[in-house]
Amino acid sequence: MSKDNQILEELTSKEYEHGWSVNYEADEAPVGLTEETIRWISAKKEEPQWLLDWRLKAFKTWQAMSEPKWANVHYPKIDLQSLKYYSAPKLANKPKNLDEVDPELLDIYKRLGINLNEQKRLQGIAVDAVLDSVSVATTFKGTLSKLGIVFCSFSEAVKEHPELVKKYLGSVVPMTDNYYAALNAAVFSDGSFCYIPKGVRCPMELSTYFRINAANTGQFERTLIVAEDESYVSYLEGCTAPQRDENQLHAAVVEIYAGAHAEVKYSTVQNWFPGSKEGVGGIYNFVTKRGICAGDFSKISWTQVETGSAVTWKYPSCILKGDNSIGEFYSVAVTNNYQQADTGTKMIHIGKNTKSRIVSKGISAGKSQNSYRGQVQVMKRATNARNFSQCDSLLMGDRCGAHTFPYIDINNPTAKVEHEATTSKIGEDQLFYCNQRGIATEDAVALIVNGYAKEVLNQLPMEFAVEAQKLLALTLEGSVG
Amino acid sequence: MLSIKNLHASIEGTPILRGINLEVKAGEVHAIMGPNGSGKSTLASVLAGREEYEVTEGEVIFKGIDLLELSPEVRAREGVFLAFQYPVEIPGVSSTNFLRTAVNQVREYRGLDPLDAVKFLTLMKEKMKLVEIDQKLLSRSLNEGFSGGEKKRNEIFQMAMLDPTLSILDETDSGLDIDALRIVSNGVNQLKSDKNATIVVTHYQRLLDYIVPDFVHVLYNGRIVKSGTKELAMELEEKGYDWIKEEVDSKATV
Ligand SMILES: Nc1ncnc2c1ncn2[C@@H]1O[C@H](COP(=O)(O)OP(=O)(O)OP(=O)(O)O)[C@@H](O)[C@H]1O
Ligand SMILES: [Mg+2]
Repeated sequence: MSKDNQILEELTSKEYEHGWSVNYEADEAPVGLTEETIRWISAKKEEPQWLLDWRLKAFKTWQAMSEPKWANVHYPKIDLQSLKYYSAPKLANKPKNLDEVDPELLDIYKRLGINLNEQKRLQGIAVDAVLDSVSVATTFKGTLSKLGIVFCSFSEAVKEHPELVKKYLGSVVPMTDNYYAALNAAVFSDGSFCYIPKGVRCPMELSTYFRINAANTGQFERTLIVAEDESYVSYLEGCTAPQRDENQLHAAVVEIYAGAHAEVKYSTVQNWFPGSKEGVGGIYNFVTKRGICAGDFSKISWTQVETGSAVTWKYPSCILKGDNSIGEFYSVAVTNNYQQADTGTKMIHIGKNTKSRIVSKGISAGKSQNSYRGQVQVMKRATNARNFSQCDSLLMGDRCGAHTFPYIDINNPTAKVEHEATTSKIGEDQLFYCNQRGIATEDAVALIVNGYAKEVLNQLPMEFAVEAQKLLALTLEGSVG
Repeated sequence: MLSIKNLHASIEGTPILRGINLEVKAGEVHAIMGPNGSGKSTLASVLAGREEYEVTEGEVIFKGIDLLELSPEVRAREGVFLAFQYPVEIPGVSSTNFLRTAVNQVREYRGLDPLDAVKFLTLMKEKMKLVEIDQKLLSRSLNEGFSGGEKKRNEIFQMAMLDPTLSILDETDSGLDIDALRIVSNGVNQLKSDKNATIVVTHYQRLLDYIVPDFVHVLYNGRIVKSGTKELAMELEEKGYDWIKEEVDSKATV
């Protein structure tokens, strides 16, 4: 209960609070994108030949592709040749444990409210911290490895578990999938890897925290989660970036594999720098996230709270291949000022008795544009497929836009697909009612918006839910009255 | 405590209040009656600070302060409470959560520490008894799907929680069943003290059997055209408003 009060107290701070950057010595790739850049990155990471070959193939594929134009977002052409594709804090030696990690780097995370020191952590959350392009530290490795769980940086996984990486890399999001996924495959620098063996329930939340720090770099991380049969894992992802006048590119790929009776919950609180109130700067967030429910009775559940970025292009999806498998997508996307978001999901029903549920809550304020784009596809073989979609939009003021683009493609007559959509405005009478009870307008907005988004916020683990509520409120400050 | 002088207010250019004068002292109960559309809810809204209404003339002094200068939330924190004729629904926000936010913002303004979870719950339990409200109702989304009577009862529960100096009850009796009317009125009576005051807007004399007014005023066409004691309410119940309307209209033609 007192947590809510705390949230409200913190509502008084205004600007994007993670907008600072830190100077440290970095190892950087030369500016520009050529085959050489890719060889440089791969060499830097001491990668095996097969991975370099894979990257180069992705690069060739990408060169033949063009940027997608169908999303309802507008931004100037990104000059990919002016970016740096690799930036890593200079470390004399790769740290073997937390004590060896540069205190300056640990300090960056401390400022973000993330304590990487295992002893000091109260909540049992294992964290992999990724700064710019590389993973700086992963906590609780020992505890997890006793259960056979692998949770480490992607680069480490390539070295320690090459057979697993080789088997699953690109198996859910092929390098040919789309422009940004291909680019990511060519230049990705690090990310997190997670493997839960058969029958194991991961006893703590696993979390990756991404931070962009260096200027003019793109961040291209890759996350791969493999949950073997009858396993369970809940995975969290958070992110921040400094406040810069230039736009920065972030193009990540997340792949999830779930075996029979396995369950994966993936939660994101996306808080990249959204740009200034005038629409200057901010992150371009072009992300491909997809999970496959490969085994029967498997379940993948995406929950996202999208508050940051200047432009967001993101559709966490589920391929429901196993019979009786379940896909879920819970989303709150908030846009304010000049932010643009085009986000949603794809549910592809392949197996019999597959079920999917989509709950999307869009909130637009200022001059922002917020689009839901979702596809429900029922294949021939998917007898008795079920989908329920609920897409709500909340508008604040009359200069913003909310759009819904549902695509439904049904190839089996037994399918039942329900779609509900509402658009509402935050009511003057609701605000007045709150005011009349002594509640200030900003807090009233926070209360109303959090109520509106409750169904999605309820899906988040507790600590994240509190953080998310706070973010919603912060994003919308100054949007009413 | 409250002094309204020559108050004129309009909405979208249409004058609704046309010179209201009213003095309310601490410890008093004032009833405001009057035909539909005469401006009772408008008066309540203007006192609470609803922005759609434009005050074109007059003044309102509350506890020595110019009330019209204050924002709605500051008026509330100063002790003005309005029980809405049509309480508003807020989906996804429980009454409990809503009230905790409200109570603590009011307390902060009054220089008091916020109530922690335990103290808040204790206070809530105490006030729940007052209006015999079910705790289940309070964990549901605020007013969403509440029956008409439940909404009204919840308004008075909120009033109890916020401990106002001036309470304005806008047709709180309509929608309440016979038992609920008695229970809610009892609650209001228990909250009465010599430090606070109540304005009840009602159409029915019956409420005034429970909440006994010191004064009864008749609002017609944006003005208080007649004031009296509780006997006036009886007379209105018996004769309706026509005789008053005639009185006013004939005066106007003179
Ligand atoms: N937006 C508006 N534009 C024009 N007239 C309005 C507007 N809002 C309210 N009114 C009018 O103001 C008048 C006073 O309304 P008010 O709600 O104060 O009446 P009331 O005395 O509370 O009536 P009731 O007994 O039915 O509750 C009514 O004639 C109403 O139609
Ligand atoms: Mg009324």
